[in-house]
Amino acid sequence: MQAWHFSETAYHLLPPAETYDSIRVSLPNKHYDPKIGADLYHRYLDEWLLAEDEGLHIMLNEHHQTATCVDPAAPLMLSILARQSHKARLLILGNPIANRRQPVRVAEEMAMIDVLSRGRLEAGFVRGVPYEISPANSNPVRMNEREFEALDLIIKAWTNHDGPVSFEGRFFHARQINIWPRPYQTPHPPIWISTTSPAGAARVGERGYVQATFLTGFDGTKAIFDSYRSAWRKAGRGNDMPLDRLAYAAMVYTGETEAQAYAGAEKLLWYITSNKVPPHFASPPGYVPVETGLKMLRGAEHPLSAFAKAASVEAAIKAGIMMCGTPDQVVKQIRAVYDHVGGFGHLLNMGQAGFLEADDTVRGIKLFAREVLPALQEFRAP
Amino acid sequence: MTTIDLAGVSLDVWEGGDGPPLLFLHGAGGFRGDHPFLGLLGRRRRIVAPSHPGFGLSPLPDWIDRPDDIAHIYLDLLTRIAPGPIDLIACSLGGWIGAELASMAPEKFRRLIFVAPVGVKIGSRDKLDIPDIFATPAAEVEKMLYHEPEKFRPDPSKMSDQELTVMLRNRETTALLTWEPYMHNPKLPHRLHRVTNKALFLRGEHDGLISAPYVEGYAKLLPDARTLTLPNTGHVPQVETPEAFVTAALAFLDGEG
Repeated sequence: MQAWHFSETAYHLLPPAETYDSIRVSLPNKHYDPKIGADLYHRYLDEWLLAEDEGLHIMLNEHHQTATCVDPAAPLMLSILARQSHKARLLILGNPIANRRQPVRVAEEMAMIDVLSRGRLEAGFVRGVPYEISPANSNPVRMNEREFEALDLIIKAWTNHDGPVSFEGRFFHARQINIWPRPYQTPHPPIWISTTSPAGAARVGERGYVQATFLTGFDGTKAIFDSYRSAWRKAGRGNDMPLDRLAYAAMVYTGETEAQAYAGAEKLLWYITSNKVPPHFASPPGYVPVETGLKMLRGAEHPLSAFAKAASVEAAIKAGIMMCGTPDQVVKQIRAVYDHVGGFGHLLNMGQAGFLEADDTVRGIKLFAREVLPALQEFRAP
Repeated sequence: MTTIDLAGVSLDVWEGGDGPPLLFLHGAGGFRGDHPFLGLLGRRRRIVAPSHPGFGLSPLPDWIDRPDDIAHIYLDLLTRIAPGPIDLIACSLGGWIGAELASMAPEKFRRLIFVAPVGVKIGSRDKLDIPDIFATPAAEVEKMLYHEPEKFRPDPSKMSDQELTVMLRNRETTALLTWEPYMHNPKLPHRLHRVTNKALFLRGEHDGLISAPYVEGYAKLLPDARTLTLPNTGHVPQVETPEAFVTAALAFLDGEG
């Protein structure tokens, strides 16, 4: 199993939450101090490089107009790491291509990073969470259609090497596609897609890309991975689906003692508890299918929203969205999720968040890398 | 409602009333045949009211994404309704569709009423003409829509699955059609000079979405349009104050001047 260090590069030094309506989209950036922000950028980059030294791979993501993730141009951050790291795989998860106007430009950015890193890019693509709609001025309707059309165009741009070709789709048009540089890897960097729904996973499984899912817990993750496996097989890719097609993201904190681990893990819960977003940003019209919207109007709640109301480390471990404790305990917790969902090849460690300071972050990464990661290599498909 | 096929698009159409034909184009909230203004208006007009593609239970073809797409479909509907010119009442988002339609075929129409229409950009590029309803809490949007919002607040617990499905479809299609450029077609002002019909722009005094200067500016784009403000009502006067609405509408449609 591969493990990846992931931080959302948050700016956590905010006024009390009751003084603002939303941590995303509309929180005034007067609350962002660029001098502190500069220190945080350098610190987070250092933590990724430290994680690489310890044998983890590097993962980052992109959000807009939010204090939860001050990385509105993830390819910029990744290009720094492409130069400064030397062996880790570099996962961007991902490019929000339903909201990007020029897929060919995305293909160019990814090809540049792949070349700079001498072929270490893992190119992830996402539809984008609902709160990305307003910052991008992006229509919330038909986003899946845009995402997959954009991806087709990006792959075409990556794999064409004989002069200009064209693409005239429903949403995107390009008449002279001929990118320089082309990707380092052949035929192109591995493709990852994140989704938190079984229907989304079926689309990914059909195409055989790497499927990542975030904080979906025991049963949610099982449903998503089952859907992926079923679509993989239905598409004629064979019965033996390699485990490296599946990735699970959870909050992870390892301590010398259980008490030390819990202290760090408490701070990781910021991932969930800080996400104060009003309904008009969280549920734009058309973002979810009408049938899902109907269930929400009838009272169905997103599992993470329900969890956030009474968030605790114990509850998070029980839900399978957090691994926390001594190395032995963390191995057991990962194993429990792994067995329940049918196995996976990548653990995306949300190993830094909010008020987890640099020294605690580094301690958690080191202990995980030295005491937990080796044991994960013994895991076999259940 | 009956379902008809227009230019390859399946469409739910409501018909009622008696008299000269009138095309009614509903706004973002969709169409309901049980609104009292239909009965009042139906005493003097035969009303034809399509449920726009993606609204109500009308299917939404995947090629449709702007109001003028719907206006093109309605060109065929006009010919079906009557051989001669007909009256139009077009509300809000339907007002945008109606303005597009009138600019395409002004000769198909007699008199035109636009009720708090969207569809053009009047003010500065640095300020929205129409508040961003997709970035506004629902309770605030209700206050913009109605003079007395508490009377019209939807209660999902009392609505059937089909009613909720319709509400969700209406919202989704509204977002699809109006997202960008927001609530307007930059080309439309340059086409409205063709609409020489007598036209009335109605606005509720307490409309929080469509401002008085917006309606004035919009009306000026048509050669023969006037404006009228209805008191004690908001963005949806046909629903909130149906008697006053129908009285004003018929006075204009049946008037001499």
